[in-house]
Amino acid sequence: MIKQPLWPRLRKRFVLHLDPVLLAAIGLLMLTSLVILFSASDGDWGRVLKQGGNMLVALVILWLMANMPLHYLMRTALPLYLLGMLLLIGVALFGEISHGARRWLNIGVTTIQPSELMKIAVPLMMAWYFEKNEATLTLKNYFVAALLLLLPVALIARQPDLGTAVLISASGFYVLFLAGLSWRVMLAMLVAGLGSLPVLWSMLHDYQRHRVMMLLDPEQDALGKGYHTIQGMIAVGSGGVLGKGYMYGTQAHLDFLPERTTDFIFAVYSEEFGLLGNLLLLAMYLFVIGRGFVITANASTYFTRLMAGSITLTFFTYAFVNMGMVSGILPVVGVPLPLVSYGGTSMVTLLLGFGMLMSIHTHKKLVQT
Amino acid sequence: MKRRVELKNTQREIYYFRLRLALCLGFVLLLLFILLARFVYLQVIKHDHYQTLAESNRISIVPIVPNRGLILDRNGVVLAHNYSGYTLEITPSKVDKLDATIDQLAELVDIQPKDRKRFKKLLAESRNFESLPIRNRLSDEEVARFAAQRYRFPGVEIKARLFREYPYRERTSHLIGYIGRINTNDMKKLEDEEEAANYRGSDHIGKTGIEQSYERELHGTTGFEQVEVDAGGRGVRVLSRTPPVSGNNLVLSLDAKLQEVAEQAFGNYRGALVAIDPNNGEVLAFVSRPGYDPNLFIDGIDEQNWNELNNSPDVPLNNRALRGQYPLGSTIKPFMALAGLHYKKRSPSYTISDPGYFTLPGSSHQFRDWKKGGHGSVDMFKSIVVSCDTYYYGLAVELGIDNMFNFLSQFGFGKKTGVDMEGETQGLMPSQEWKQKRYKQKWYVGDTVSAGIGQGYDLATPMQLAYATAILANNGVGYRPHLVRQVQRSGSNATPVPQVQPEVNMNLNPEHLALVKNAMVAVMQPGGTAAQAGSGAPYAFAGKTGTAQVVGMKQGEKYDESRLQERHRDHALFIGFAPADQPRIALAVLAENGGHGGSTAAPIARKVLDYYLLGKVPQPLPTVSDTEEEHD
Repeated sequence: MIKQPLWPRLRKRFVLHLDPVLLAAIGLLMLTSLVILFSASDGDWGRVLKQGGNMLVALVILWLMANMPLHYLMRTALPLYLLGMLLLIGVALFGEISHGARRWLNIGVTTIQPSELMKIAVPLMMAWYFEKNEATLTLKNYFVAALLLLLPVALIARQPDLGTAVLISASGFYVLFLAGLSWRVMLAMLVAGLGSLPVLWSMLHDYQRHRVMMLLDPEQDALGKGYHTIQGMIAVGSGGVLGKGYMYGTQAHLDFLPERTTDFIFAVYSEEFGLLGNLLLLAMYLFVIGRGFVITANASTYFTRLMAGSITLTFFTYAFVNMGMVSGILPVVGVPLPLVSYGGTSMVTLLLGFGMLMSIHTHKKLVQT
Repeated sequence: MKRRVELKNTQREIYYFRLRLALCLGFVLLLLFILLARFVYLQVIKHDHYQTLAESNRISIVPIVPNRGLILDRNGVVLAHNYSGYTLEITPSKVDKLDATIDQLAELVDIQPKDRKRFKKLLAESRNFESLPIRNRLSDEEVARFAAQRYRFPGVEIKARLFREYPYRERTSHLIGYIGRINTNDMKKLEDEEEAANYRGSDHIGKTGIEQSYERELHGTTGFEQVEVDAGGRGVRVLSRTPPVSGNNLVLSLDAKLQEVAEQAFGNYRGALVAIDPNNGEVLAFVSRPGYDPNLFIDGIDEQNWNELNNSPDVPLNNRALRGQYPLGSTIKPFMALAGLHYKKRSPSYTISDPGYFTLPGSSHQFRDWKKGGHGSVDMFKSIVVSCDTYYYGLAVELGIDNMFNFLSQFGFGKKTGVDMEGETQGLMPSQEWKQKRYKQKWYVGDTVSAGIGQGYDLATPMQLAYATAILANNGVGYRPHLVRQVQRSGSNATPVPQVQPEVNMNLNPEHLALVKNAMVAVMQPGGTAAQAGSGAPYAFAGKTGTAQVVGMKQGEKYDESRLQERHRDHALFIGFAPADQPRIALAVLAENGGHGGSTAAPIARKVLDYYLLGKVPQPLPTVSDTEEEHD
């Protein structure tokens, strides 16, 4: 007698706003993360447990976000954005320098990296802005939205943190694109961008040109930055079709791969599980992205459509940039492999996004029923 | 109405939104396809390439240095061997402040100023990135003290390795030579010979003597270990191992005991002695005095010792036996006598009357005999026994320089003997052609007169003189002198001594030989110039004394030994062999500034022969271990 009313109540309380399909796909990727992390860290259970802890924290946040009604979310957009901008300006003025970049801000109790916050805050702000002006959209609105994007991106690129700047630009661009930015404007931007390249190139210092060339051809700097890419390509290529076997990657276990639990964890995976493993991983990502598209397509409001689309496409961008960088078709920028690389911050940011996706999906259902 | 328009707009918006979303999906799929294509390219098409790269990343080839071969005398006495010990080595490229580091090291291990100087010298000569020894032969205590503090010294390490040692030190220095650290010149030479790969990991190479000339035999073949390494270059595990092949042991024809006897017989004299078995060319003793301690050179000699050796008026670094060139003096006479008989310019019974000098027709210049007043009536036999100069002045003029050159060259004068040691000089047997080339002058008859008693342009090394004596002793049949009797392939004990073939066969007339040899035996008997040295010898001892002038004398000046400075005194020479009828040993002795061959050089030869033929030890010889003290 007691159980029957309890289960629906629990269900309503804990599971109702979770999307089981998306959750299953995320869970699979997380499992992959733990498995490959064990190998990448040379069997360090501590590292694996810590990543598990990160995941639990991130899952709690996902659950919280999933249960948050959408109007709450919309209400946070502006304050979150303003806070982020303030912190970014704070970083630019008082930030701490580490590894040659000014990314961290000491707020007394701890140091924070405001650019992480902006990964969510920027698309949120832009989507909120478009929602606000939905009825009377003109080119001016797109211009303002673009400005909302470019200001934080410029600050982050200055730090410099090219990886985050690229990802935030992408997430903002997705919002602009999905919001219906006219093809003519995009074409004009493209032409203007390409046209300004030679001018920009002539304005660069020699050392800056050298750096750009290095990004394009890592072999030129085999012991510096190029070392990462070259060793990554060797790991992937030597993996072959079937891989060298779990825990048997020589590139990983003999220390040739740098940052192999974080940005270059894909190289470890690819070396040990080969082309078949890669296919499986791509399939898992495609599954998550596909589910994101379904949610986006069915989203009920302008805001949620833009937000869901941006989250989904940004997630894909993460995955593509990371795998492209490790396999040597993209320059090395600090982008982790989403849901797999070791690290709490990106895990939390990502699951925060997926929480929003679930909220978008499930609250709409509630409204309909 | 208004509501309908709005609805319519929313419918259209959703349509356009979904259209754009579909475009995005297409974009996503395209990029994923590109990734997939990239994976196929890397993992299927270029797989072999990257597989190779990964393998070369992880596998490092580590050379294993072979043990250098030992050098033994003919009876198995060890003349050069290896022992294991510890060195303290610094890799300069890994150390920031070299001097400060050495100062700190000096607090832990004993580092003398000479160690520092030697290190500086090594540093100047070294190849890049190699580790250089600052101290050798660390005591166990020093090793322990450093090991406890090693964290303070990056780029400094203790290495266990094999050291070379020459237990006979000075006694075999010119014979065995020494090994030293490979310098840039050695490296270049190795590269030219395409031997560089075999020297990966080797620090030392033979620099002089047997160590140099038999480097290829002694070094061995370097082994290799394939080691899996991590990115820091640290070995993780051994994948495969090709063991090194130790260098071959050399068994010399030398008799170490005989060598000792010969060394001792010299007393305080500088000089050289070479003894050869005339029946096969084996070198039985090879002495050059003074010697030096070859152990000093192995890991770089310190400045003080180097200056001492290099600036000494005794030139201890000069290998006199192989490279010293001296006038033949009267030791040329037996060979001249044979030439006279051979060209039929003299018969055994032809007799001259010696007034104590010789003059050329139409000239008043007197070529003096060493004995004032002359030897009276002199035939060939007597000419050798009393070493009559006048007899040979006349003979030389009648032979002519061309015949002399042709005949004496067959005994090896004026050309390298081909002994198995590098750096041999070739001496000089003058000819008309040579003088024209060298001095742009024609040959004068007067030149021939001086050449007849070995006081002209002629020069010979003790090695050449011994070789010529051996050819004479063996009746004109000569074997190339050699120091190494047999090369023992590592791992096999029974390598036969290789058969040697004669190099020279002069087909001399046995009667001529008998005459000259008998005269040489008489030299050692009462009435001969070396009668004292030969007295009481229980074997037939054949010899010939000689004296090589160091300073020329003016016409009419008297040679006064006591007035001359010690270093301007004549060099004493002696050649000999025994037993005369069946020679087993032939030798040449040079005692620098020794004066007369008969009184200085011949007694040395006698002691050597007594030991070799009779086993007689002249005086109690100190054993090697008694003389061995700490040296570095």
